[in-house]
Amino acid sequence: MSKTEKKPLLQVENLSIGFSQYMKGTQKRVIQPIADMNVEINEGEIVAVVGASGSGKSLLAHAVLGILPSNAICSGSVVYKGEELTEKRKRQLRGREISFIPQSVNYLDPLMRVGAQVQIGLDKKTAHKQQEKLFAQYDLKSSDGHLFPYELSGGMLRRVLFATSVREGVRLVIADEPTPGIHPEALSEILKQLKQFAKDGAGVMLITHDMMSALQIADRVAVIKEGATVEISEAVAFQGTGERLKTEYTKRLWRALPQNDFDLEFKGRDLNI
Amino acid sequence: MAKNTVIRMIRVVTLLIGLSILTFSLIHLSPMDPVNAYIGGDGSASPEQIEKFKEYWGVDKSPVEQYFSWAGALLQGNFGTSMLYRTPVIDIIQSRFVTSLALMGTAWLLSGVIGYLLGMAAAMNRGKIIDRIIKWYSYTLVSTPIFWMGLILLIVFAVGLEWFPVGLAVPPGVMESDVRFLDRLHHFVLPALTLSILGVANVAMHTREKMIDILNAEYVVFAKARGESDWQIFKYHGIRNSILPAISLQFAYFGELFGGSMLAEQVFAYPGLGSTLTTAGLKGDLPLMVGIILISSLFVFAGNFIADILNKVVDPRMKGAI
Repeated sequence: MSKTEKKPLLQVENLSIGFSQYMKGTQKRVIQPIADMNVEINEGEIVAVVGASGSGKSLLAHAVLGILPSNAICSGSVVYKGEELTEKRKRQLRGREISFIPQSVNYLDPLMRVGAQVQIGLDKKTAHKQQEKLFAQYDLKSSDGHLFPYELSGGMLRRVLFATSVREGVRLVIADEPTPGIHPEALSEILKQLKQFAKDGAGVMLITHDMMSALQIADRVAVIKEGATVEISEAVAFQGTGERLKTEYTKRLWRALPQNDFDLEFKGRDLNI
Repeated sequence: MAKNTVIRMIRVVTLLIGLSILTFSLIHLSPMDPVNAYIGGDGSASPEQIEKFKEYWGVDKSPVEQYFSWAGALLQGNFGTSMLYRTPVIDIIQSRFVTSLALMGTAWLLSGVIGYLLGMAAAMNRGKIIDRIIKWYSYTLVSTPIFWMGLILLIVFAVGLEWFPVGLAVPPGVMESDVRFLDRLHHFVLPALTLSILGVANVAMHTREKMIDILNAEYVVFAKARGESDWQIFKYHGIRNSILPAISLQFAYFGELFGGSMLAEQVFAYPGLGSTLTTAGLKGDLPLMVGIILISSLFVFAGNFIADILNKVVDPRMKGAI
């Protein structure tokens, strides 16, 4: 796939995120979970962001959306469609051009019927119809719309979350681990939908643990370690023994996968995936 | 549900028995002599007369005997006769309870609604000037004793500005039939205001805390990520998730409300249940006092019970749990 003709949609450069915290009384300190994060997503491209838990993948997503907690300090540049993505622009774009699929089902309002939650942000007149259509698309019954989140299974809730992201005019989809706990058919449906976003010209940031699923659809893969980008490679480089990968860390990560002989020679060392 | 209710009913009965025993014991341990308190240290009463009094009231018997004769009568629905007012206790409680109920009901509604709105406004504008004003108001008032608040209002509005009467529920020296509704309202404003002002602070602080928790919840983060405005977040998620705890808290607040009304009524000489209880206590009118204590604890229990039921019936997540 030739990228040269594609326009960059989102460029994250040297992003760092810190949190100021109060230690014992009034002593203030800043912790810096993300330093020097770089990711670029082109229109119509799926970029998988992989990395261990706590490597800062979700924070990257929250930073782009502008939903970090108020004590977060961001620096670096985030450029969307060639223009700096300011807080004000984020407010205007999110939910419209930028769509978010969160990682936990706790992101649904526990006291609101799921159908109504999917309808938020849709045109009032057609909201109900659209919601029913989305439910059908994700293999949810029409009657499920009247249920509260606690009445649905984890996998169903994931599909509801996914349904909230499908909006007309979405240019960038940020999916924060949308796949765990989902049965295989629904998984392939979700991957297909992500692929569809990209076909329609939107950029997709797929944050995940599940490298094998990600590789099925991703064009490129960004590997994150301890808040920094280690490597960005074409998805096709993740093959065989990984000799086309650039860094040692990524090669190990690749070889540690069950499909690749479960290479455990590094187990217990610095690789905790 | 049924089992739960039965357990609660058993609990309230034992609570009432315990309370009545405690009140009896405390009264008997106190140095106060009801006969003496009644005749008010009038030296003209002869020892024989005093003996007759004691016999008439039954205070010459042992405390245990007195308790059982009282409890036996109560089981037949007889609360006894007030030593002070010479009328059945239940009649006094009825008439006073209505007066108090109007006072407490008004304060309950006002403090609930205004407090909730203020708490919401503060949380939604956290850290801004409006939040700081509401917080300052609430902290100040939460730490203000209610009788002191009453006195201040009395000094400003009744004595200084002369907008409202200094006390009582009706104008003095006017026939009961000639009292207009407007007069009653006029006397009602200050005590009700005293009771409401402090309630508002409590409710506002609780609502603010709850709402801040909600605003930090993941579902609100997600709502933001979906482009919902502050108003939409308030409308879709804020009210939905905060109204239930607010209402059940409001019912559980009956106890404090009753305690507050006692002090407020005392300051304004407002003839409600609270001021009657104080008088009964000071004059050693045991039947009246125990009667009021039992009725008011039933009242507080009812509040907590309603709060509990509401939580279980209205919250969809508790479906099937009852």
